[in-house]
Amino acid sequence: MIKVGSHRKIWGVAALAVALMFGILSSASADSGKTQASRVPKPHLVGEKGNKCVRPVSYMRRHHMELLMHHRDEVLHKGIRTKQYNITNCIECHASPKNNSVLGSNQNFCQGCHKYVGVKLDCFECHNPKNVKVKDIAFHPLIVPGKKPDAKPSLADTMRKKMTDARAHQEKSGVVK
Amino acid sequence: MSDTDKSRRKFIGTSAAAVAGLSIAPGVSLLQTAQARPADQAASSKNRWGLLIDSNKCSSGCDKCVTACFTANWVKEAHGPTDSQWIRKVDLKSLSNGKSHSLPVMCQHCENPPCVDVCPTGASFKRADGIVLVDRHICIGCRYCMMACPYKARSFVHHPLTDQNPEVPRGQGTVEACTLCDYRIDRGELPACVDACNQEGNGAMLFGDLNDPSSEIAKRVATENTTQIRADLQLNPGVRYEGV
Repeated sequence: MIKVGSHRKIWGVAALAVALMFGILSSASADSGKTQASRVPKPHLVGEKGNKCVRPVSYMRRHHMELLMHHRDEVLHKGIRTKQYNITNCIECHASPKNNSVLGSNQNFCQGCHKYVGVKLDCFECHNPKNVKVKDIAFHPLIVPGKKPDAKPSLADTMRKKMTDARAHQEKSGVVK
Repeated sequence: MSDTDKSRRKFIGTSAAAVAGLSIAPGVSLLQTAQARPADQAASSKNRWGLLIDSNKCSSGCDKCVTACFTANWVKEAHGPTDSQWIRKVDLKSLSNGKSHSLPVMCQHCENPPCVDVCPTGASFKRADGIVLVDRHICIGCRYCMMACPYKARSFVHHPLTDQNPEVPRGQGTVEACTLCDYRIDRGELPACVDACNQEGNGAMLFGDLNDPSSEIAKRVATENTTQIRADLQLNPGVRYEGV
């Protein structure tokens, strides 16, 4: 009896061990699936229009600041205003659809990644982080953007011209010297 | 110096003059006033942007240029007397005959700007076409340029800013001044103040290229009696006044 009992016990333990092992393995495999995603936490960024940046993404991740820095000198010091590397062009694509900005939460493109890598972001102390279209820019009610001044001379202009013409005529005819 | 050297120099001198004469001949070259420059082309020293302000046409009650400047550049903080001031109206009265003038005063865009001389970081600079600007990326906010400017043209931003014009980035801790609306000039538009003055019908402000003899502003500067503020300092400002 004892022998039989011990055999049963051994079988029972073995079955339990196998069951446990399977259980551990299956849970481990499930865990490994989970941990592979979460072991390296990545920023969850929203707001990327289109699928192509101005340069390959791997290049942009490392070098976007160099492009921006080069471009800012071109714009400010030389007046070269190409659009490709302009910060407003970046914002136009990368602004979050939620708040129309690249800042605001850790899901917003610029803030999210800079928070993740722990690098201070100071562009937006001066630059507007929102995607503002040029046509949205509020002009003075008197100013129509892009409108050239009237070619028609004002009354003052006409009077001035008459005066200068008269003076020139007098000088020519020798009345005034 | 040998005779050959002398003759060589003379030849270079005359040929240079001939080339200059060609390029300045009317209609041959040189940009017209406020013509849009291609985006990838740098500002050129062929141009010298300037303003001619006729105080006879400028009335003392009108501040449309000031409002237009602040609206176009989104300068709208209201903290008090230290707020940024890119352009202001100044009323003058002659003590001898009592005649009063009113005129806008802004950065005079000097040819020899003292603000550029004193800047310790190189943030204050003059663009090739004569516009004097502050590179806020480099500005450390020491305000030496504000001390150096004889026209009190520059302001310091004391408070954090939000909602800037995307074309006019500006922020706390840096110095700023009239940019002659460089972003508008580069697009071929007029500065906001000039635009507003024209649309108001005053026509007191004339914008143009002082280097282009065929431009309206250069013609008037050449023929009429114009004044530079503090001409004694020999800064040769790009902003000229008439009737003062």
